[in-house]
Amino acid sequence: MKEKLEEIRERARQELAAAAAVENVEALRIKYAGKKGELTQILKQMGKLSPDERPVVGQLANEVRSFIETAVETKKAELAEAMLEKQLEDEKLDVTLPADMSPLGHKHPLSIVLDEIKEIFVGMGFEIVDGPEVEYDYYNFEALNIPKDHPARDTQDTFYITDNILLRTQTSPVQVRVMEKQKPPIRIISPGRVFRSDAVDATHSPLFHQIEGLVVDKDITFADLKGTLETFIKRLYGEDSVVRFRPHHFPFTEPSAEVDVQCFSCKGKGCRVCKNEGWIEILGCGMVHPKVLENCGIDPEVYSGFALGLGLERVAMRRYGVDDMRLFYENDTRFLSQFE
Amino acid sequence: MNLSLRWLKEFVDIGDIAPRDFSEAMTMSGSKVELFEIEGGQIDNIVVGKILSVEKHPDADKLVVCQVDVGEKQVQIVTAATNVKTGDLVPVCMDKSHLYDGTPIKKGKLRGVVSEGMFCSVAELGVTVHDFPYAIQDGIFILQDDPELHPVPGMDIREAIRLNDTKVEFEITSNRPDCFSVIGLAREAAATFGKELKLHTPEVKTTGKKSEGMLEVKVHEPELCPIYSARIVENVRVKPSPLWMRERLRAMGVRPINNIVDITNYVMLEYGQPMHAFDLRFIKDGKINVRLAKDGEKITTLDGIDRTLSSSNLVIADAEKPVAIAGVMGGEYSGIMDDTTTIVFESANFNGSSVRRTAKSQNMRTDASARYEKGLDPNAVLPALDRACELVQLLDAGDILDGTIVDDNSAREPLRIKLNADWVNHFLNTELTFDEMKAILEKIDCKLDGDDIIVPTFRPDLLHKADIAEEIARFHGYNTIESTPLSGGAQGKFSVRQKFDMNITNTLIALGLDEIMTYSFISPKYYNKVMMPEGHRLRNSVVISNPLGEDTSIMRTTAFPSMLEILSKNYNNRNEYAYLFEIAREYRPTAPDKLPDEKNVLTVGMYGGGVDFFKAKGVAEEVMKRSGVENYEFEQSSEFFGYHPGRCAKITIGGEMIGVLGEVHPKVQQNYGIGTRIYAFSINTDKLFANAQLDKHYKPLPKYPAVTRDIAVICSKDIPVAALEKAIKEGAGKHLESVKLFDVYEGKQIAPGLKSAAFSLTLRSAEGTLTDEQAASAMNKAIKSLEKVGAQLRS
Repeated sequence: MKEKLEEIRERARQELAAAAAVENVEALRIKYAGKKGELTQILKQMGKLSPDERPVVGQLANEVRSFIETAVETKKAELAEAMLEKQLEDEKLDVTLPADMSPLGHKHPLSIVLDEIKEIFVGMGFEIVDGPEVEYDYYNFEALNIPKDHPARDTQDTFYITDNILLRTQTSPVQVRVMEKQKPPIRIISPGRVFRSDAVDATHSPLFHQIEGLVVDKDITFADLKGTLETFIKRLYGEDSVVRFRPHHFPFTEPSAEVDVQCFSCKGKGCRVCKNEGWIEILGCGMVHPKVLENCGIDPEVYSGFALGLGLERVAMRRYGVDDMRLFYENDTRFLSQFE
Repeated sequence: MNLSLRWLKEFVDIGDIAPRDFSEAMTMSGSKVELFEIEGGQIDNIVVGKILSVEKHPDADKLVVCQVDVGEKQVQIVTAATNVKTGDLVPVCMDKSHLYDGTPIKKGKLRGVVSEGMFCSVAELGVTVHDFPYAIQDGIFILQDDPELHPVPGMDIREAIRLNDTKVEFEITSNRPDCFSVIGLAREAAATFGKELKLHTPEVKTTGKKSEGMLEVKVHEPELCPIYSARIVENVRVKPSPLWMRERLRAMGVRPINNIVDITNYVMLEYGQPMHAFDLRFIKDGKINVRLAKDGEKITTLDGIDRTLSSSNLVIADAEKPVAIAGVMGGEYSGIMDDTTTIVFESANFNGSSVRRTAKSQNMRTDASARYEKGLDPNAVLPALDRACELVQLLDAGDILDGTIVDDNSAREPLRIKLNADWVNHFLNTELTFDEMKAILEKIDCKLDGDDIIVPTFRPDLLHKADIAEEIARFHGYNTIESTPLSGGAQGKFSVRQKFDMNITNTLIALGLDEIMTYSFISPKYYNKVMMPEGHRLRNSVVISNPLGEDTSIMRTTAFPSMLEILSKNYNNRNEYAYLFEIAREYRPTAPDKLPDEKNVLTVGMYGGGVDFFKAKGVAEEVMKRSGVENYEFEQSSEFFGYHPGRCAKITIGGEMIGVLGEVHPKVQQNYGIGTRIYAFSINTDKLFANAQLDKHYKPLPKYPAVTRDIAVICSKDIPVAALEKAIKEGAGKHLESVKLFDVYEGKQIAPGLKSAAFSLTLRSAEGTLTDEQAASAMNKAIKSLEKVGAQLRS
């Protein structure tokens, strides 16, 4: 029987070594070590042995079983490993194939720039207010110290609905509405659509966007106006921006100024970008005219303030190098998808 | 406003400052220079030549060969010109020279004969025959020994014809009518550079003959015409003006005509005071009446146009009829003609608003009206009149009679403003003394009487202490004022609504839609394009009374057509798909003379890339859910124009309509030339906001397992799935957690007109695991509820 056991061990070893799949290994385990396997058959014949031989053969039989079981497990693990390796090999991908996902949409470039400007002002303690786009002449002009038949009306070619109702040419009427309702301190910006009777070309559009700001409080000075705008411009255009204030005229502010930033391309030497001036006009501003405060029921002897206004399209055009304003309103997705 | 620097220098000694530095300094003190141009700046190497001989070209009949003395040497020039002869002084473009526009000229051969350059015409020097009346248009410019010019061979041509002024173009703001004049800008320059302003008082030398009895002036509307003055000039001698006057006019952009016209223009440019000249023969009865026109009264103006006047137009009339529209334009009939012998010079002040209204109503803006409408100084009227007469004498253009005929109601006390140095220093954050401020103000001709500033009458813009602060600030220097940060800790924030709107934008972008911006005004034809029925309430739009064109003539009552326009553009540009959204306003008229209702609306439009009705619906639902709205409903509807009648839903919340969603009607799709199906929806974001549940509360996670049960029913295919879902929700009781449709079937296995719908119900209790009995009870109740709406359990 000993020989038989040894023979089984040897045969199992060889067959296991030759097995190529987990199923074959399992079959071999059943064949040799299963309930009805060869080992069991042999052990059933143990009764025929002498008492002396029984422990010896029994021990050998256990050794053989143990060998087979270990060998089966080892072989299974080997095969599993080999299979995994094969699977990994088979699953190799061309990682340069295109991605598969639904692309995100895009914010309009004007919105992107407007959001940035809003955030800068919110960070400086401003709130954002809104108002009607179809507006009374009173709010758009008269309250802002531009009576009927005033030549300053020429600078803002206006679309009229009736004699007293028009499409706002600026977002300043929102400021008047706020001042009528709210006691100082006031710190607001009013962004939005404005309308002027300009024919469409690369740099003009009958509809465009403005952002106007207003601060009214006790002791607001021209130096506060300068400080606030310098901070704003540096946040928008970078800390190294060089800013200058140039006297100008707006009927609703006094003193009034236009603000230039030194040309980014030529650093003030004069180039094509700045039309050889060395400076680029960024915004208009000034100390709120006492008459405007009075028109809104705010005592100009107690309060003072400043106002500012800038055009969104121009900022966005400069930011992205867009040379034709019409692109913003044509909304070609090939254009829109360039902005994130 | 163009300015001749040469003319300016007559009033203020700015030395030989470079034009760029001059422009920079003026800009920074408030007179913005748009650009400057050096006259003949590109002309190079063109000199005066004296023609020594003119000989026939050996090989060309139409060419001549000239020997020319150009100073230090002699050159040979071949020309086709026919107006040159021996002894003429002409401009010679030498080898490697440049014309006024930069055109290079080189030595060459003409039919085998060397020409060392060329002669040139006035046009090639950038001037006209108006500037040099003795020159001809088509030919060589033959220089004359003008009393003011003494050209000699070899002299640079720019110097020889004095084409060497600098023109500076200023942007003059509407508050500074005084700066529409050489003197006004000279005053600014003097203050800017700290130089003295040298003003000249005109002196009139008359013949001694009195003008009394020849002309009577009566102002009937002193409010509209504070002062009217006139002087008479006899024996007028009309001829060209002298060179110095012509070249100043040229530099200011005014074409020289003749001495009388040029004098009126010259005085207008110098003083800013418009002038007019009448032929006295045509002033009926020698009477000038400044009065309002009668309605329907007629005049033919100098531009040859017949005009009908109204009673709001101020006119200059003689005894019978208007001879000029006050402050705007003279009449053709009474103007200066070749046989005019006696003229009336008019200098007057008119009310700005009145001139502006008249000019606008007659649709004729002139140099004069543009000045008057900004408000001119009545005190400039008489000096300007005298200056005109002085020039008449200087130019020997006529004999001036004694006496000014004037109706003057202009006397006003000059305005006084207190100079409060402390207030100014606080307002500007400066530390100037009273005397420093006073010095600045005196530079611009404000007088100080104690601490009273007496404002000069040519500065109608100085009314308030803030105006004074600006004057001080601009000459002190805006950029020398120290900036301060804004003090006071204000809390900036976005409002709840602003965050709500931003969230909608972010949601749509996450869903793959691009944001667009479109015009608020549209063409009324757009309504036809989207099949809006005639008489529909949305056809009642806010109409622009002066639109740029029909395409932008009404304020849109719906943004739907704007969206389709953009989809169409994208489709035509061969963009495979476009998923777009716009959040903008729609304008609905209210009452006449009231502002329209401006509604904030989200409009979405999508084509291509496999989009269908349900994908569009998914976008709409996601926007609403993410906006804090759960209780929306979609109702089948065929009532909306522009949409496919069988594929359109009304979106409601609690019965109130907030939007519409659907497939765009095939005809509309065709109208926009889009060759694929379009899906669109619009949601009123004001209403969405009103229904939003923005406070979020956490729901505990379930402790007990859920039970799922499926159910299939058969019903008429006209019953919407939403009605079945609603029946299940109402019937199943409190343990129903969710219900989900997983199949709808119409076809062979079901009788015609019916459909089958299968739902999966999730049931759960917060108290414990549901028993089979509990689940069965919920299902039975759901089935009963379904039966009530006409759905039977499918067997």
